[in-house]
Parts: sequence; structure tokens; C-alpha cells
Amino acid sequence: MALAREDASPLFAGSVAGTLRLIFYLALAMVLMVLDHRNGWMWRIRYAAAAVVEPLYRLAGMPATGMRTLTVAFADRQRLTEQNQRLGEDLLLANAKLNRMAAVAEQNQRLKELLDTQHSLELNVQLARVIGVDLGAYRHRVMLNLGARDGIRPGQPVIDARGVMGQVIEVLPTTSVMMLVTDPNHAVPVVIERTGLRTMAYGSRDGNQLSLPTIPLVADVKVGDRLLTSGLGGRFPPGFPVGEVTAVAPAPTGMFLEAHARPSADLNRSGDVLLLHDQAEPAGPPAPVTPMGPPADLAPVPAGAPAAAASTPAPPAGAAR
Amino acid sequence: MSRQRLSLWWFVGTLVFSLLSMLVPLPDVLAPFKPYWPALFLLYWSLESNDRVSLGLAFLMGLAADLLDGVLLGEQALRLCALVFIALRFRSRLRFFPMWQQTLAVFALLLNDRVLLLVVRVFAGDPLPPASWWVAPFVGAALWPFLFLLLDDLRMRLRIQ
Repeated sequence: MALAREDASPLFAGSVAGTLRLIFYLALAMVLMVLDHRNGWMWRIRYAAAAVVEPLYRLAGMPATGMRTLTVAFADRQRLTEQNQRLGEDLLLANAKLNRMAAVAEQNQRLKELLDTQHSLELNVQLARVIGVDLGAYRHRVMLNLGARDGIRPGQPVIDARGVMGQVIEVLPTTSVMMLVTDPNHAVPVVIERTGLRTMAYGSRDGNQLSLPTIPLVADVKVGDRLLTSGLGGRFPPGFPVGEVTAVAPAPTGMFLEAHARPSADLNRSGDVLLLHDQAEPAGPPAPVTPMGPPADLAPVPAGAPAAAASTPAPPAGAAR
Repeated sequence: MSRQRLSLWWFVGTLVFSLLSMLVPLPDVLAPFKPYWPALFLLYWSLESNDRVSLGLAFLMGLAADLLDGVLLGEQALRLCALVFIALRFRSRLRFFPMWQQTLAVFALLLNDRVLLLVVRVFAGDPLPPASWWVAPFVGAALWPFLFLLLDDLRMRLRIQ
């Protein structure tokens, strides 16, 4: 440090060494960025550094949790009573509906067993809390308080009481990062509830809405139509509400209709979310079957090396079966 | 000796604090107005402390911020390096500017930082951000005099270099 003192801050001319150092660091940063963008090994570093990083997340999330606790602590009694009553009514209503549905669901189950399909209406979920951490403006990412140690895997769909929120994209030991459906890089296959038209809902670049840019011009789409997940692609299970169409207009290209939708999940305020497990039912063509043939140990022994040939073919034959 | 250690802890503490406040979320309405805290704190230290802030430190701090942010490793390292380099190069002049001029200079630096970020994101294939994305440098520059005076005052009270 003391060595750098004499040329530390000349009034006008900069030193060549400083510029060289800048170029070195900029080049290093660029190499890192390119490597990270190409290989995505940033997650591996973050996973390794999680022991340091995760306590910081908890620390940074504390103001948000504190605010939430404070609002509860200072909420007046009347509002809490009202809220409690409203929740009780909601629960009563939901239970009544569930009881009526139970018979139908059971019947549905029996019929499906008869048809030999494997769709089930049961939900295998895990409750998670959102950690209030800002992962950068306009990034549409949310941090959850469960991670690899709780059995979370990348790709799990996340829902709340009203609909689909997004999916887990990255998992640390005790936290995970979720991408919201409104992220411009996110797409979810949807079906319009009223007409059964299948299309894709992308996130949009300006804030909290979805855009459906590829609806055929002749399709019947109206403002107010509800969007459900279609289950195509196998990531999101079918039948969950995604959003509600707010605007329909011809796309600038003139080849499609473009619709905008408001996500039905409460993306800004959700404190508790549900992570779905084992929901992805494989859609699409079945996995390619390994080619069948006579077992390898029946193959004619090559004339050259009988001893080696007799010992080696056994494991592949076992693996193929 | 202990005074020196105290000042070192103060220095490191403010930098860690800036990283943390980068992570702390604001209410939805205010979210676009959040200034880039690590840049502001690094700028303060590069103007005020003679030999503590170097390009290497800016690089390391950017890497730490990238690890926390989880976006693209090296992105903030690049931005902070460029920022600190310019600040150090013009340090002697920036220090003797009156406050309003210094604020303008900080605004230019922050704007330059945003442009760099935009270039990086476009190269990485992200879509262009909305217009409110450009508000943050204004807020950062508006906060600069207060931050500067506050940190200076605290430094005087603690009697550290």
C-alpha cells in the first residue's frame, strides 16, 4: 500500500500502471461472465459458498420479517377479529365445497381407475415461506426458506392459494430461488378455460403481467377469460389457475392475436407458498426403449481372446435387462 | 494501534452494510427507486480514504455482491471496477469540488454504471428494462450529499482516519 503512495493521485495525468490494472480486472470480469453464462457454474460456487451466503440472506430478510411482525403486533384488535371471522367464513365455505366435491372426486377416481389413467387429484405439497430479500430490481425472483436439505429440487412448481406463482430454478442447502411466471424468460403452457384453446403464457418485460403473443387470429378469446395450466410439457400439473385475460388486440405483426393477462397468484404479497411434489406426469412420447436382442452372454465368443470375452460381457447384459 | 483497528473495522463494516442494504427489499412502490448502495459507499471511501480502496478491492466486493445477487458472476465486479477507476483517477479534483458539483459527478458515474449494466444484460440476452429502471441513478445522486455528510460526521465523531 505504501508503495502506491507516490503515484496515488496525480492531479491530471493518470499512470499507465493504473490503466493496465483496470484492463486486467475488466478482462477478468468479462472472462468470468462469459464462463458463467456459457457453463452456468455460478450455482456450484454459490452452493459451495452457501455457508457464508445463507446467514446473510436471513440477516437481510430480517427487516421484512420485522415489519410483518410489527404490523401484526400493532394491528388493532378489531381488524384482527374481522380478519379472523373472514378467514373462518372462508374455511367454512371451502370445507362445504370440499365435502360436496369429495363424493365427486371419489367417483372420478373410480372412473379413472376403470379407464386405467394415472391422473390423481391429490396434492403432495410442502409449505414454504418467502424470505424478504431483494435479488435485484426487475429480476422476478423470490427466495424461499426451504432448500436441498428439505428435498427441494429445481423445476418444482410453486403455487399459492389463488394460482401458479412460478417454479424453483436454483437450490441452495437451506434456501431456494424461485422464478415468477411474470419473468420475461418464463413460459407456461396454458389452456383457456372457456374454449379449451391451448397456448403459451410468457412473462412480460414491463412488470406484473403475462403476455400471450401467439393466439390464432380466428380464436375466440375475450377479456375476462380464465387461463389454466394445460399440463403440456410435464412441468406444471394441469388445472391450476394462471391468470385472467385483461386485454386482447391484434399483434403488431398482424399474424396473431396478442392477449395480456393478470396473474391470479398474489405475486407481490405472498408470505406462504406451496411447493408441489411428484406432480409432473410425463407427457409426450414415451422414453425410447433400449433395443432388445438376445442376451449378450449368448453372443458368439470371438476367436481371439476367449478368457477376456467370457468375463466382460456379463455386466452389460444385466444392465440391459 | 486499537484506533487503527477500529478504523479498519469501520471501513469493512460500512462495506458489508452496503452489501446488506442492497439485499434488503423495499416496499413495491419504492422498489424502482432503490439506489445502488455498494457503489455509493465505495465512492465515498475512494474519495475520502487515500489508499484503502483499490481496483482489487472493488473487484472483490463486486464478486461478493454477485455471489449474493446470484445473477451473473463478474457483472458487478466489472461495474464497480470501472466506477472506482474513474473515481480514483479524478480523486484529487472530485474532493475539492463544491457539493453540488460533486453530486453531479456522482450522478454521471452512476449513470455510466447503469449503461454498463444495460450493455452486459443485453449481451447476456435479457430483454430491455422498462423506463423506471433509469430512476435509480437520480435517487442515488440525490442521496449522495446526505450520505457523504453523514459518513463524514460519523468518522469525525469516532475520530478515525
